[in-house]
Amino acid sequence: MIPIAQAVGDPRFFRWDWVWGHLGLIADKVGEHLLLTGIALGVGLAVSFALALVGLRFPRALPPITWFTGLLYTIPSLALFTFLVPITGFTTLTAEIGLVSYTLLILIRNIVAGVQGVDPAVRESALGMGYGRRRLLIEIELPLALPVILAGLRIAAVTTIGLVTVTALIGKGGVGFFILRGLNRFFDTEIVLGTALSVLLAVAVDVSLAGLERWLTPWSRRARGVA
Amino acid sequence: MASPMIRLEGVTKVYAGSATPAVSGLSLDVGEGEIAVLVGPSGCGKTTTLKMINRLVEPTSGRIMVAGDDVMTVPAHELRRRIGYVIQQIGLFPHRTVADNIATVPRLLGWDRPRIERRVDELVALVDLDPALRNRYPLELSGGQRQRAGVARALAADPPVLLMDEPFGAVDPIVRSRLQDELLGLQRRLRKTIVLVTHDVDEAIKVGDRVAILNVGGVLEQYAPPAEILRQPAGRFVEDFLGSDRGIKRLSLMPIRDVALEPGPVVPRSATRDEARAVMARYGVDWFGILDGEVLAGWAWGKELDDVPIATLTPREFMVRLGHDDSLREALDTVITSHTRVAPVFDGKRFLGMLTVEAISRELAR
Amino acid sequence: MGFLTDLGRWFLENWSGDAGWLMRIWQHLEVSVVAVAAAVVVAIPLGAWLGHTGRGGLAVVSVVNIGRAMPSFGILALALPFTIWLAHTFPAVVTSGLGFAPTFVALFALGLPPVFTNTWAGVRGVDPEVVEAARGMGLTGRRLLREVELPLALPLIITGVRTTAVQVVATATLGALVGYGGLGRFIVDGFATQDDVRMVAGALLVAVLSVLTEIAFSLLERWTVSPGIAHHRRAEIAA
Repeated sequence: MIPIAQAVGDPRFFRWDWVWGHLGLIADKVGEHLLLTGIALGVGLAVSFALALVGLRFPRALPPITWFTGLLYTIPSLALFTFLVPITGFTTLTAEIGLVSYTLLILIRNIVAGVQGVDPAVRESALGMGYGRRRLLIEIELPLALPVILAGLRIAAVTTIGLVTVTALIGKGGVGFFILRGLNRFFDTEIVLGTALSVLLAVAVDVSLAGLERWLTPWSRRARGVA
Repeated sequence: MASPMIRLEGVTKVYAGSATPAVSGLSLDVGEGEIAVLVGPSGCGKTTTLKMINRLVEPTSGRIMVAGDDVMTVPAHELRRRIGYVIQQIGLFPHRTVADNIATVPRLLGWDRPRIERRVDELVALVDLDPALRNRYPLELSGGQRQRAGVARALAADPPVLLMDEPFGAVDPIVRSRLQDELLGLQRRLRKTIVLVTHDVDEAIKVGDRVAILNVGGVLEQYAPPAEILRQPAGRFVEDFLGSDRGIKRLSLMPIRDVALEPGPVVPRSATRDEARAVMARYGVDWFGILDGEVLAGWAWGKELDDVPIATLTPREFMVRLGHDDSLREALDTVITSHTRVAPVFDGKRFLGMLTVEAISRELAR
Repeated sequence: MGFLTDLGRWFLENWSGDAGWLMRIWQHLEVSVVAVAAAVVVAIPLGAWLGHTGRGGLAVVSVVNIGRAMPSFGILALALPFTIWLAHTFPAVVTSGLGFAPTFVALFALGLPPVFTNTWAGVRGVDPEVVEAARGMGLTGRRLLREVELPLALPLIITGVRTTAVQVVATATLGALVGYGGLGRFIVDGFATQDDVRMVAGALLVAVLSVLTEIAFSLLERWTVSPGIAHHRRAEIAA
């Protein structure tokens, strides 16, 4: 018989007392999780904006950019981290490089689609009135692209939160720490806790971003999204 | 023309990858305070030409001068801030209020807030837009309201030149007619130099001081005041483009005030039955009009005279009453659709006279 | 460089046997194919029927959101106690709670959402005029679904299967953590023994496999979709 930490027959018995007893640790890990996510999204957004702007300015650069970020997205997270570890070690940097890579495809795609999706009549009238290219982008195109960009950000955020758990394998992990530890010592409570927290965080962030979008775009009734 | 506001000299535009030019060797002038309408079939380059004036499209060869400056020598965005631009779909910025939309060019030019606010209020009144809409978003406006906001936005920085690309194309005919009248009204007050593109030849005739008929490839067939084009079309293409009802179109340009009216078969209430019959005979009609002083009460059939004296007759209403500002086209329409076969003309309630078919066609022949 | 020659040598020396990379690729594909097949068998009929009847819109939206929020690592970890319990309770059906069982269960769970939502959206999104015309000709119910709606929904369905396939192949790597073989084994073992060469070799293999899967399904998309509706393709639902 394989030894099981909980009572045989209750494989998913969840021990609340263990949870109450480790609130400090849990808070720590949640904090780490949010931090890792925040950095990844921040850097991801910055890099994606830069690449998207290049793609918008030089349409011929878009296919290679899409191809490369698509490649990064297809490579399994564990494999990507494995490639990085010999170079950057078991550090936050490794985790962040990996996490950021996964945000690029969806963010770039949505930023480009959002800007390109601006009503051509609006763009034409803006140019006709004397808007220069830079002000056009900042004052007209980006604000109007916001719903689509935020839709992409929501997807990227939720995906990243899930991926942070995998970084437990390289020593980080956020709430993935509990998943890994629970797995290694057959302690179901930790596995459930880690998974549940990851889902809760994802939902919370998703809802917050939805609220942010509504706050930032008082002029639109409905928010449309790409993918 | 001495120093026109807009001058095109041999302007040609060939798009990359296309064998035929969109516009070839176009030359025309637009004087200050004039409305020039560019009209023609699909592919005649009218929109391309318009967009070359504010450099949204750059000419392949030739020169375009606006207020004495070659458009290629001024930075594009500066040029455009001095030219008003209205397009068919208007393109109001959805994320800005109507007031902010109107304030676009003043903001780009760096006006201070108070000045901008005053100007916005002025314009809202000028284009007859409901002031309550000032702080709403374009989403909440109707089509006609958006049109007005678009025009207000184009006029905000008081540019001397206004470019309009099918500005009334997206609204229904009733609204369109009203907007055309309002444009003419605005123009009487503001005296801008306007270049308007339309595919509707009736709109061109109604609105234009001079109309440029363009053929495919930007070839200028004729550029003249609408009355002249209608009277003397330059060639087969123009004739066909104007349509077979050229005569009637010309009538729409002639106001009734310019035409001599006839008294018509009209008698006062106090007249005798014989006088009525005489006047009917003179005009060759079987009806007569009844005057109460200077007011034309209506008309009656000749055969009603057999039964009763004039004073007791109840006159029938004239269905349409025309005024000095109506055109001969409306008069003709009234004439051919009424029982009486005339168009009565009034100044308020005062009866002025009548128009017959003969009188109207005589005007055309002049 | 030294590392690259070590890597090359590793590939040459470790291709055969139960722990060789050929075998591992086979194991990796085995669990992936089974999981994707199971997901397809369950999700397509369900999604197609709900899309056809027009119900379950709210369920679909929830599934999309929850599916995206589920951490694959967590699901895999949760699958383990579940399959251990299954193995304990139904030893005839599930021989071992480790290895294949939890990996399959987790991959199946993760693979359901994209296929389900894309099938639903594909069937739902068929041009209503076409459906009306078909109904007018007497096609109803299952025949309508089978002969009109499904073929037209095919592009989106295949996109969904593609998303699932790539996701499953990628996550199968983690199966090594619950005792399965597959290419993840090299990564996990390499990590445990500080063997960089083995780790990177495994990562390389699984990366290549994932990319090949993506390419294979892209080609499948292009070839199987009837040319008449090729231009109707819309963006994926599940990224």
